[in-house]
Amino acid sequence: MLSRLAESLFWLGRYIERADDTARMVDTYVHRMVEDPRNDERATCQSLLAILGVDAPSGAARLEPTLQTIVYDSENPNSIAGALSAAHDNARRSRDVISSEVWVALNATRHELPAREAEARLRGPANYLAYVRERCALLAGVADATMSHDEGWHYLVLGRTLERIDMVARLLRGRVVNERVAPDWVAFLRAAGAMEAYMRSGVEIHDAGGVAGFLLLDRNFPRSALFGLLRADECLVEISPGGQRATAGDSARHALHRARTTLEYLTSDDVNDQLSELLTMLEVTCTRVTDAVTDRYFRHDDAVSWNWEGAL
Amino acid sequence: MSLRFAPDNSGAWNEMFSASGEPRSLYGRLVSDLQEFTLADLRERADALQRTFLDRGVTFAHSGEERPFPLDLVPRIIGSLEWERLSQGVAQRVRALEAFLDDAYGEGRAFDDGVIPRALVTTSPHFLRAAFGVRAANGVRVVVSGIDLVRDETGNFRVLEDNLRTPSGVSYVIENRRAMTQHFSALFSDHRVHPVDSYPARLYGALRAAAPARVSDPTVVVLTPGVHNPAYFEHVVLARLMGVELVEGRDLLCRANRVYMRTTAGERPVHVIYRRLDDDWLDPLQCRPDSIIGVAGLVNAARAGNVTLANALGNGIADDKVVYSYVPDFIRYYLGEKPVLDNVDTWRLFEPGVVDEVAASLEEFVIKPVDGSGGKGIVIGPRASKAEIETTRRAILARPRGFIAQRPVALSTLPTLVGDEIAPRHVDLRPFAVNDGRDVWVLPGGLTRVALGEGELIVNSSRGGGSKDTWVLSDEPASFGQAHVPRSVRSSRGARLDASPRQNDEMATSGGEQ
Repeated sequence: MLSRLAESLFWLGRYIERADDTARMVDTYVHRMVEDPRNDERATCQSLLAILGVDAPSGAARLEPTLQTIVYDSENPNSIAGALSAAHDNARRSRDVISSEVWVALNATRHELPAREAEARLRGPANYLAYVRERCALLAGVADATMSHDEGWHYLVLGRTLERIDMVARLLRGRVVNERVAPDWVAFLRAAGAMEAYMRSGVEIHDAGGVAGFLLLDRNFPRSALFGLLRADECLVEISPGGQRATAGDSARHALHRARTTLEYLTSDDVNDQLSELLTMLEVTCTRVTDAVTDRYFRHDDAVSWNWEGAL
Repeated sequence: MSLRFAPDNSGAWNEMFSASGEPRSLYGRLVSDLQEFTLADLRERADALQRTFLDRGVTFAHSGEERPFPLDLVPRIIGSLEWERLSQGVAQRVRALEAFLDDAYGEGRAFDDGVIPRALVTTSPHFLRAAFGVRAANGVRVVVSGIDLVRDETGNFRVLEDNLRTPSGVSYVIENRRAMTQHFSALFSDHRVHPVDSYPARLYGALRAAAPARVSDPTVVVLTPGVHNPAYFEHVVLARLMGVELVEGRDLLCRANRVYMRTTAGERPVHVIYRRLDDDWLDPLQCRPDSIIGVAGLVNAARAGNVTLANALGNGIADDKVVYSYVPDFIRYYLGEKPVLDNVDTWRLFEPGVVDEVAASLEEFVIKPVDGSGGKGIVIGPRASKAEIETTRRAILARPRGFIAQRPVALSTLPTLVGDEIAPRHVDLRPFAVNDGRDVWVLPGGLTRVALGEGELIVNSSRGGGSKDTWVLSDEPASFGQAHVPRSVRSSRGARLDASPRQNDEMATSGGEQ
């Protein structure tokens, strides 16, 4: 398939996942802040901004400007509205390969969003965030059910998976960096969309190593880092012209395998002791894989400008 | 209360009602069908339709804003006999223009025989020296064309202009029909309408037929300027319906006069490019050097015969409005036939004496720049202000070659849902023709564009016009009776089904179409 389309699909997957994950996270943090007066506004805003890696807007101590930056600002691809807008942009560029239903779902979301935003400004962001999660789930479902699971599909899933790994790492990082203002483990698990799955796995709740261990190492939970690494590797195998055999020289798969191996040999004590390094490793892995895939599959020239002969 | 149609005082030919206010026989059924709805019903359907279009992204970018392309609920009907004449006329015109383009960028017989002055062609803003001698293997230069027709005050169809470069609008024909059958299926039950969805297959066939010689299984792509082009939606639809890649300039590269596209599995050769990019932007080496949406080397690859550009380079000379005035002569000269469709009466200002005559009574003419498109720069004399007349007079006197003068034609009108009434609005018709080298096929239907402002005569979508679904009947309603419609048919399982004429018709026409 065209390199440009592959790239658009990859980023389409990433941006939809980004909107989804951000919505979950903001929802939990804001919910906790409203619920529990001991959580102060300033600290909540700061940790949200830190997790998402967004520069603090002026007046960052208050919730309103923070939400403006990380939720409603459609110019910022790290905000929810911005990620959806970027997803729309990529979908538009790849409109001939994504299914019409995906396109319609995304397009309808985009047209609906301003009305939801107006409502959210009056009544708080909960409905807006729920809407975003719902639409992202719908998009994922429609894509799964109506697109061929061919090459393009694997780029979409690869993008989604890498973003998910990255977001889990960021979320945990928020906990590591600033434990005092981070929400308790229950809220935290909810932000990762992992509360119920975690409870069912039968581990003690107030154990930091347990929660982090679950989010990093669980083999069945689709939002865990290890699950993501395995899934991403499957996608890379499908994408690669050489298939399963061509690992030599495939730097994207090298990076994935290295991270996966590191995770698989961890004990739960290791998770506690090395959490910070592990998170750094995961973030670096996501960047490396993205770069390697970009280099290898998303070939393009830089824009060329022409000069008249002798007109130097 | 049944539906009322506002009276037509425009003095133009009303397509639906005769001068006495009776529905024309072609529209009889439609008028009575429509009258079963209330205005509120129609409004509601129109809104639902608008929403579908917005969600599906059936839009046209208008002054930087993406809008749904307004589709009016009242369709236009063309009878089968009239259509036969129209499509013959369109096909004849395309054949003549093919011959002219081949001649103009080749031998130049018409110049030597005095049919058209050579200087006229070489001074056309769209004349492209680089196009000389570039010829597809099957000789076709006009794979796709859109010939704009208008109906004058006496009901006679005339050609308003020829679009042989990158005519757009066919996707709206397809989408309009899809939307109308979804939202307004009741109207179709009494009419046998030709389907329009065979267009992509025809186009794909014609593009493959134009492939370079010795390529047995050519790769076809659609080349788009990108998502910011007003017609991007159409490029997507065509690529998808033909099942080919939609590429941008940066997806292609030329090496050793061959064209490749960059894919995840390496470079793949490309043989036919249906380009929706103007000549100017196509190749920075031959045309505008500042084009970053084109592909360097494309023109040479085409000249070397390794890739076919559709439509061909340099077709713009045939869109030139002075050249337009010669098309009836081309038909007689190249084909030895009598033109089926008339032009609108046109004055060539560059001919001695004409410009002074026209300048003296500008209020009686429509003045058009020869290279304008999208209704740009047109001055309608009878409606222009004094200042506009003055500016125009100076412009045409300074550069007579740059303009033509035409007799004002009151475009025919059709009742259209505007605000809270159904009122007459001016319409034109753009049939689309596809030339595969063996014959010229005209899509039964075409785009009816409607000017939504009262009395407005410029219908272009870039001026905020709307469109109507255009029905070409496969049968005149007068003869549309019991004899043609079996009261029931047996399905293959032997159950009795009530046959609607529509079902019957679809089977009949789709069988005969391909």
